[in-house]
Amino acid sequence: MAMTAEQIEDMIATAIPDATVEITDLAGDGDHYAARVVAESFRGTSRVAQHKAVYQALGGRMGGTLHALQLTTEIPEGTSL
Amino acid sequence: MTAPVKDRIDSLVGQHDVVLFMKGSPLFPQCGFSSRAIAILDHLGVGYESVDVLQDMEIRQAIKEYSDWPTIPQLYVKGEFVGGSDIMMEMFEAGELAQLMADKAVAKAG
Repeated sequence: MAMTAEQIEDMIATAIPDATVEITDLAGDGDHYAARVVAESFRGTSRVAQHKAVYQALGGRMGGTLHALQLTTEIPEGTSL
Repeated sequence: MTAPVKDRIDSLVGQHDVVLFMKGSPLFPQCGFSSRAIAILDHLGVGYESVDVLQDMEIRQAIKEYSDWPTIPQLYVKGEFVGGSDIMMEMFEAGELAQLMADKAVAKAG
């Protein structure tokens, strides 16, 4: 059972409220996505911790129903975001 | 995770400077993410040990718990979990992965 881009975006945004989330359906098959998650709350945390926060937001679906999610996490640059 | 499999993983990441838990082999990766991880390690030119989790169901399940990380591939350097293929790519592009290998005095591929 694949997930839609909206479901992925909603789950991440709910768990990490300050996150800006961009989902790209890489193959157009609803099964291979890229996610870019930008959040101020990532500041001062390691990349591993940032990726784990996103995986936790997806509630165990990563590696299961969600096979392929290419993940990039970032801290917002500047102050306007 | 049973004690014997934890011991096996402890031993793998303890005995080799660089260990990649992956799907398939370096010559025949069975997943795009594992393929990308191998390409990065080859580009860095470091020696590494690979563990094909598709050939070892016990490790395939246990490594996720061991690292508290849900996906394969997983990279260990000097016994420390570094991340999956996305983190490897981010670090590689930023020059941080080469720096990590240098800082940890990881041997080049022979």
